[in-house]
Amino acid sequence: MTLTDRVADICRAHSGTEGALLPILHAVQAEYGHVPPLALPTVAKALGVTVAEVQGVVSFYHDFRAAPPGRHVLKICRAEACQAMGGAALAEAAKARLGVDWHGTSAQGVTLEPVFCLGLCAAAPAAMLNGVLAARVDATRLGEMLAEAGA
Amino acid sequence: MRIFVPADALARALGADAVAEALVAAAAARGETVQIVRNGSRGMAWLEPLVEVDGPAGRRAFGPFAPVDAAALFEAPDAHPKALGLTAELPFLKRQTRITFARVGVIDPADLADYQAHGGLSGLRRALAMAPEAVVDEVVESGLRGRGGAGFPTGIKWRTVAGAGIGQKYIVCNADEGDSGSFADRMLIEGDPFALIEGMVIAGLAVGADRGLVYLRSEYPDAIAVLTRAVDLAREAGLLGPSVLGSGHGFDIELRIGAGAYVCGEETALLNSIEGKRGTVRAKPPLPAIEGLWGKPTVVNNVLSLATVPAILAQGAAHYRDLGIGRSRGTMPLQLAGNVRFGGLFEVPFGLTLGEIVNSVGGGTASGRPVKAVQVGGPLGAWFPPALFDTPFGYEEFAAAGGLIGHAGLVVVDDTADMLALARFAMEFCAIESCGKCTPCRIGSVRGVETIDRIAAGDAAAEPLLRDLCETMRLGSLCALGGFAPYPVLSALNHFPADFARTSEAAE
Repeated sequence: MTLTDRVADICRAHSGTEGALLPILHAVQAEYGHVPPLALPTVAKALGVTVAEVQGVVSFYHDFRAAPPGRHVLKICRAEACQAMGGAALAEAAKARLGVDWHGTSAQGVTLEPVFCLGLCAAAPAAMLNGVLAARVDATRLGEMLAEAGA
Repeated sequence: MRIFVPADALARALGADAVAEALVAAAAARGETVQIVRNGSRGMAWLEPLVEVDGPAGRRAFGPFAPVDAAALFEAPDAHPKALGLTAELPFLKRQTRITFARVGVIDPADLADYQAHGGLSGLRRALAMAPEAVVDEVVESGLRGRGGAGFPTGIKWRTVAGAGIGQKYIVCNADEGDSGSFADRMLIEGDPFALIEGMVIAGLAVGADRGLVYLRSEYPDAIAVLTRAVDLAREAGLLGPSVLGSGHGFDIELRIGAGAYVCGEETALLNSIEGKRGTVRAKPPLPAIEGLWGKPTVVNNVLSLATVPAILAQGAAHYRDLGIGRSRGTMPLQLAGNVRFGGLFEVPFGLTLGEIVNSVGGGTASGRPVKAVQVGGPLGAWFPPALFDTPFGYEEFAAAGGLIGHAGLVVVDDTADMLALARFAMEFCAIESCGKCTPCRIGSVRGVETIDRIAAGDAAAEPLLRDLCETMRLGSLCALGGFAPYPVLSALNHFPADFARTSEAAE
């Protein structure tokens, strides 16, 4: 099935939903790992809006990616509660280990992203690797997490 | 033998799933039958994963529990190295007055019968027997105010929507809990999702709305899963659907997932996001209560506001109103976070002083160093120095002290914290998360970062500029993001001038 056909299917599955754009974009990203620019005209046509409007929404929200991430996605919380417990040092350790800055993808295929609060503020600092949450993370624990994930 | 192992996201992030597996394996090895209940969290982060075992005298607590502790639990529980005694006797829990969180950590969040056995649905049943106006009156009478931060009286908002004619109306639950230091919405949804559902149904009955939407953030995958399952179960049981509990009144709930934009916690940005638009802020008026979702009258309430309504209806407005101080009635689920020894959720009537909360409840810092400051109310809240620790916890009391209580998240930092760096972070965060609609926020936050960098480089002339910029942002921004970002910046500057007094040499 071509990307256009599959995206059209996703749009049809949301035809009964009011304000379906975000649910559609989430579904597209769940399937492809990102929102391919080629999908936008199909989404726009299904919803009766312009491609520019869809693009405007995609680019507004931090979650939606225009390109595929690495095989692993590591999110580290940058917010105040995590800063209070060494979150900034943890982020620096992650950058050094992976050899990338925020939003970069390491040679081993780990994409490093900032996140502002995972709601684990009473057991800071917090991180999320491939959708799995971790609390009270230090550099050692971070290394273990990456090793367990094979990264 | 019934064993409770929290499935709360924080407990799971500290290994609760592995603990549950180890307990099952240890029981099997001894030929014992156990029932593992995945409850919510009791809210004591330093004891998670907190395992509880049913006993004749009540539930006994063990924690923080590791998989290696499993076998001993079946051999000699009283002598277990992680034994904490009866859960109900733990000082952190015993000092609380739990109304909103009464069932969180106690019940199985996927069991509607367990919910009802602990008082669930009694508020809705009472509401169904009342006139809608009387339900609104009861909420007004309780003194409940918006727990999301703005503190607007919930009942008054409902009265506006109820009076906004007939036709389509909506109940929107704001579960976009993006404030650092806040996790009460997450814990409530993961631990007692039916309370939120029941509160939304009551709101629908009271104002004449038959559709509810919950806007939940994507950063909370566990809460999304728990609430999705709870809505399905509620529909199967007839709590949601064309005739709520056979009353003839219809109400149903749909989940919408955010996409990582902090500003969508602002109610009008949230409405735009549900409509499938960029999450930009709308100018008010019109108020959402008059023209909200798709232009229809809409109640937008925080998770905690809605989840408290069933208890108010069940126990009567007076029971709730009689707690608290001044115009802050009832209880507030405080969230202790950051560098704090006893972090977690602590629900008490308004009125404790900030110092009692931080030192007596929270036990000071986790690092053991002196407390330098506490940020109350999220990234847009003011930093309070110990000199202001006599401030009683209440909406007006905190406003008078130059801050806000917000969603009641408290982030503690010790004396190693650099308040200039934290002020800079507040501006940087605002710049990253600004929706871009209004200039003071969009441009002001970027200029704020630059101006703080000048101060850091020893340029004393930049300080008045920063104060002027903050004033412009405070007065000129459309919403609280740009309007309140000056709170953490100016409070840091005013209370910790030494952190901003850098000489040129020091910077070089």
